[in-house]
Amino acid sequence: MDFIYAIIPPRVLSQILVGLSRTTILFIVSSGLSLILGVLRIPNVAHGSLYMIGAFMAYSLSVLFGGGDLGFWMALIGAPIGVAIVSLIAERGLFQYLYEREHLMLLLLTFAFSLVFGDLVKIVWGTEYKSVPVPQMFQGFVNLFGGLPFPLYNLFLLVVGPIVAIALWLFVNKTRIGKIARAAAVDREMVGAVGINVSWVFAIVFVIGCLLAGLGGVLVAPTVSVTLGMDHTLIMEAFLIVIMGGLGNIWGALLGALIFGLAQSLGILVWSQFGIIFPYAAVIVVLLFRPTGLLKSTW
Amino acid sequence: MVQSTTRGKAQLWVYACLVILFLLPLILPRFYIYLVSVILLTGLLATSLNLVLGYGGIFQFHHAVFYGVGAYATALVLTRSGLSPWLSFIVGPLMSGFLSLIMGLICIRLSKLYFGMLQISLGSLVWIIVYRWYSFTGGDDGIHGVELPDIISSPNSAYYFTLIVTAICLFVMYKIIKSPFGSVLQGIRDNPVRSEMIGINVRRHQLLALIIAGFFAGVAGSLFVVVDNTAFPDMLFWTLSLEVLIMCLLGGWFTFLGPMLGAAIIIALRTFISTYTTYWALVLGALMMLVIFFLPNGVLGYIEEKVKKGIIEPVIKE
Repeated sequence: MDFIYAIIPPRVLSQILVGLSRTTILFIVSSGLSLILGVLRIPNVAHGSLYMIGAFMAYSLSVLFGGGDLGFWMALIGAPIGVAIVSLIAERGLFQYLYEREHLMLLLLTFAFSLVFGDLVKIVWGTEYKSVPVPQMFQGFVNLFGGLPFPLYNLFLLVVGPIVAIALWLFVNKTRIGKIARAAAVDREMVGAVGINVSWVFAIVFVIGCLLAGLGGVLVAPTVSVTLGMDHTLIMEAFLIVIMGGLGNIWGALLGALIFGLAQSLGILVWSQFGIIFPYAAVIVVLLFRPTGLLKSTW
Repeated sequence: MVQSTTRGKAQLWVYACLVILFLLPLILPRFYIYLVSVILLTGLLATSLNLVLGYGGIFQFHHAVFYGVGAYATALVLTRSGLSPWLSFIVGPLMSGFLSLIMGLICIRLSKLYFGMLQISLGSLVWIIVYRWYSFTGGDDGIHGVELPDIISSPNSAYYFTLIVTAICLFVMYKIIKSPFGSVLQGIRDNPVRSEMIGINVRRHQLLALIIAGFFAGVAGSLFVVVDNTAFPDMLFWTLSLEVLIMCLLGGWFTFLGPMLGAAIIIALRTFISTYTTYWALVLGALMMLVIFFLPNGVLGYIEEKVKKGIIEPVIKE
């Protein structure tokens, strides 16, 4: 181990792990965004709001079940489902009539949604900061890399990330709906022509994408203070990740999230005041050399 | 013939509005004068965005960044340098134009959504710098209590200054759109490939349009410093950019004065609704949805359509 520490100091290693746990959240949220962008062609600004709603629902559920371990697990299951129901209503109620509109209109419409969702959250949950306790079994630290403490909860996140990635891979490549969705991303008229109800496939894909946003919200809730406005920063980051990785490409979202998360955590190490610049600079560099993203876009 | 009478009528409306705006300080209390000033400069900002968005077809998603940079440059020159205060009103827009040139050079190779996202990313970079650089920009507090030259320091004179500058800028932008350059720009919007084929340098025209738009956004930012004596980081945040986009859409983005009307509607509504409820965003969101569903060409676009129908139909019957 000492040999490794000589090359990479433990401080950097532990910061890389922090970056990777951030990557998990970013990947879960932006893969949902990318799925919706790739199949439905909607630049969904309201995705960030659903993430925020997920976090607030996690708070309510954890309070409802006594704030302990049970509360957290119920939130982990319940909140994404709650977000999925909200998004299903929005999709069936409004979005499904607008698929043929141009992207700018859709962008503004979803922005209008994010405004409405933001105020609805304010009405339901108020303006105070909320905090979701870290579950008992993930409290505390482990000593990694020459005794530097690393939060257990972040290790949990590092386990969840790959699980979600594999589940998503199975959904897109092995299920019938996933295959239809991929086909619809390439040529939706043709899919309709062979007798598949494209409208419902779109609805399911939309709901799954939003479910991922909700899941991201639940997972992030114990590590940050849940507050209004948390949607604004995240949706921007998620969009940049999706653009950087290639529109509609889920593995692009993974790659983009990795770059973004690591640039963020290592950037703070390099230059604490302006560390937050690095992920944005990374996006700019990527787009300068690969104007349509790192991986192949489905557009 | 028909067209010229419509245009004549529209011109008459514009003159009437100008006269009314000039007389407003005589009848309105101070708060409303401030409000109208803000509407005017925000309208200027929206119009400058529309120059590239509606007429140029370029997805300029982060336009507010030029507004904010103009305001900050003006405020910084006013507070931190010994230069003549009047110079600051030139420095602000020039800085915005320069930033627009740099960002344009980087983004222009991309198109549509990719252009917009790269632009947002660059704009966010500028926002972070302004937000975090406490010693220079004042961080999240912004810059307050900027001292202005005496002639424009009272609310009424600030209002007249804003009105005159806005009117001149709108006139210049109108002339730009009606010039051969403006026609080329609209040609590029409608068919970039064909424009390229007939020998137009598409990138250079778009870049020039971006610089012009950035410059006028900077003018709007400088005017904000005159009216409000402040500059703060939220002026560069991307949500403001989308709000300005909404103004363009609401007013009508294929009309010249549409964005100004949209800005007036939204700012007036925000002011009056905010006195009753804190849920302004909810109202704005709902309003947006209605506009997108029922008035995709905006209010002024809708009126224009009706006017044209009303006049053209009898001609066809004959």
